[in-house]
Amino acid sequence: MSSTARVAPPRYLLGQALHAEWTKFRTVAGPAWLLAGVVAVTVAVGAAAASAVQCPSATCGIDPATVSFTGLYPAQAVVAVASVLAIGNEYSTGMIKLSLTAMPRRLTWLAAKAAVLTAPVLATSALAVAGAALTGPLILPGHGFTPAHGYASLTSATDLRAAVGAVLYLTLIALFSLGLAAAVRDSAAAIGLVLGVLYLFPLVADIISNPTLTRHLQQIGPLPAGLDAQATIGLKGLPLTPWQGLGVVALWTAGALLLGALVLKFRDA
Amino acid sequence: MTTETVPPHLSPLTPERDSFWYLVHAEWTKFRTVRGWVIAVLVTIVAIGAGAFLGADVSSTCGGGHAASIGAGAAACPAQPTGPGGVPVQDVFYFAHQPVTGNGTITVQLTSLTGQFIVGTGNGRFQTAPGGLQPWSKAGIIIKQNTTQGSAYAAMMVTGSNGVRMQWDYVHDTPGLGQGAGQAGALSASSPRWLRLVRTGGTITGYDSADGTRWTLVGTATLPGLTSTVQAGLFAAGTSVESYPADFRAADVPNNFGAMATGVFRHISLSWTATGWTGTNVGGAGPNGNGAPLPGTLRQRAGTITVAGAGDISPAAGSAYAGSGQSLQRVLAGTFFGLIPLMVVAAMFITAEYRRRLIGVSLTAAPRRGRLLAAKAVVIGAVGFVAGLVAATVALAVGTHLLNGNLQWPVSLLTEARMVTGTGALLAVAAVLALAIGTIVRRSALAVAIVILVIFVPYLFAFGPLAGSQPQGSGPGGGGGWPLQVTPAAALSVQQAVPQFHQLNALYSLNAGYYPLAPWAGLAVECAWAAAALALAYYLLRRRDA
Repeated sequence: MSSTARVAPPRYLLGQALHAEWTKFRTVAGPAWLLAGVVAVTVAVGAAAASAVQCPSATCGIDPATVSFTGLYPAQAVVAVASVLAIGNEYSTGMIKLSLTAMPRRLTWLAAKAAVLTAPVLATSALAVAGAALTGPLILPGHGFTPAHGYASLTSATDLRAAVGAVLYLTLIALFSLGLAAAVRDSAAAIGLVLGVLYLFPLVADIISNPTLTRHLQQIGPLPAGLDAQATIGLKGLPLTPWQGLGVVALWTAGALLLGALVLKFRDA
Repeated sequence: MTTETVPPHLSPLTPERDSFWYLVHAEWTKFRTVRGWVIAVLVTIVAIGAGAFLGADVSSTCGGGHAASIGAGAAACPAQPTGPGGVPVQDVFYFAHQPVTGNGTITVQLTSLTGQFIVGTGNGRFQTAPGGLQPWSKAGIIIKQNTTQGSAYAAMMVTGSNGVRMQWDYVHDTPGLGQGAGQAGALSASSPRWLRLVRTGGTITGYDSADGTRWTLVGTATLPGLTSTVQAGLFAAGTSVESYPADFRAADVPNNFGAMATGVFRHISLSWTATGWTGTNVGGAGPNGNGAPLPGTLRQRAGTITVAGAGDISPAAGSAYAGSGQSLQRVLAGTFFGLIPLMVVAAMFITAEYRRRLIGVSLTAAPRRGRLLAAKAVVIGAVGFVAGLVAATVALAVGTHLLNGNLQWPVSLLTEARMVTGTGALLAVAAVLALAIGTIVRRSALAVAIVILVIFVPYLFAFGPLAGSQPQGSGPGGGGGWPLQVTPAAALSVQQAVPQFHQLNALYSLNAGYYPLAPWAGLAVECAWAAAALALAYYLLRRRDA
């Protein structure tokens, strides 16, 4: 009689998946460089914008937070690249087959991917936004953003809310990109789609001449909605309140993640 | 025994394999056999064509309006008078005139040109303040069909700081000689300026003189359809305000803050039978109309006539346009939609070779690497050009139909041809730029992100929250500032459908369809970027292992 060795049934725990994904993430140089780029671009472009802007009178109506966070326009593209590549590289290198063999529960795998991406992006965004938020007030008072022109303090509770809004915005954009990449499976197409969704809404809103349509585009587009979360002055004139704006971005993110999860679950890899 | 030698078999020589066009053909085959890429280019064409429906949406916003005025409500746009050729014009000035019939000459001596600011004091009332002479404030002599707005005219004038000019039919402007002597500041009773207009049938000739004896020809205007009896006389127009007083506060100023110009004339001689001067506010006067905020004045005393008036005689371009028409360029709004799939494909045209290791085969077949890159650039550039050409033609045809003549400015066939071929060239160069960046970074996602970043983000900066703090292009030059001058996004200027005029003081904003660079200059900036990227790509492709 032959005896069968008892093999422990495989356990697909989230913890193991997290550990595996984290190992993948930290042992590749690309993501670290890209995230360093996010900080550099946010701070550098923000400083350049603060140096270029002028507030000659009390009626200039320029939001100092918007100026400081100008760098987020290009920085979110870098975040999107890093996030798209987290999934896209799995498909382009064929690694996905190995990953899904080791972790057959695909949704667990996606959740681990998302979690492993979220933590460093959140930390990086906080660093980048803090850098921009601290650089701006160093430069802006020299360009007319003075108490005489109605800018009593460049650091207040509203500014903290704007900074938190910016950090959350970048993180949500990372997850949005991840979800779309899982749905599209090709890095180039996914990044084209993500940046199209981000940049086309505000561009078209600026170009068209129908004010009603412009306002609607500014309400539903993730980038303009996210900008509402970063505003500190003229809040009443905004198409959305700051938290509504973040809510719109969160809806886009949830939709993209859901789409990515469905495609991952029901389509052959 | 004899052995027969069999000649070894040789494939027929194909010398054309060495030719560049063979490589182009090979690359074209690679491109057209990937179904996803062909579909993406079709999406580009459909997106640009469909963009016409978005851009041609006729709404209540008045043309030339700034973003700040949007959302204020659906106030009816004032009617914009049109001049010869259907161009929208500003035709508001003070005119001291008399009817004259047949050929003849009017000659005057201008001894002074001064200006005043018109300042609103609330309740729709205005008063004047000293020091408001504007660069294009003008006074002089004019022969005009009649006193209705938009009628044909030709005029000789002295301007605030642009010397002696001859202008006719709103869009034409020719400088006189002796610029320095013709400046308003140099005018006095002892150093006057002499101006003369000669009518011969449908032709009016302008002359300029420093002493009233030696005359210099300034220009010849042909005014088709000019009737025998016309109005000839003296005029003054203060133009809109370009340089504000030092203590100027933007919040204090109503929309029709303006300037008044005052000209003092002597030695007025007409070869026609004189019938006495009539003063008319052409275009009307009063704070609520479209005309000048303050009525002009005519004073005659001892051979001296003083004429003062606000307003301007000019094309209504930029912020001077108040009507409801749109720039035809808006129907090409879909260009941004179309750029994305095209640039994704263009980047993948090379990055997919790296990913699939096909690059090794390609370079074995074509060991001269520069030629491989050139062949790819030719193929993807041609694809982009044809896609842009087809898409822009469709968009313009659909958009023109949808706009149904509701255009801000009549667009000539030549301009339409420039917009269409320019869109093709813009897409072609963008595709080549994407290919070059793809060759440099060898990774699809990074390449696509970079090309979208360098074209879209500058455009957002030019429009976005910072636009209010950047110079929006006062005077000729257009709006958008440096983001649309030095980045590849400058190429969008090739789609500009509305003209700029140096002789008009107006705000040429991006919202109204004006770019900081001339159409082909903007495209040249994009070409320079693509050429630089291609050069770097060529260098790296040759230096690196594939």
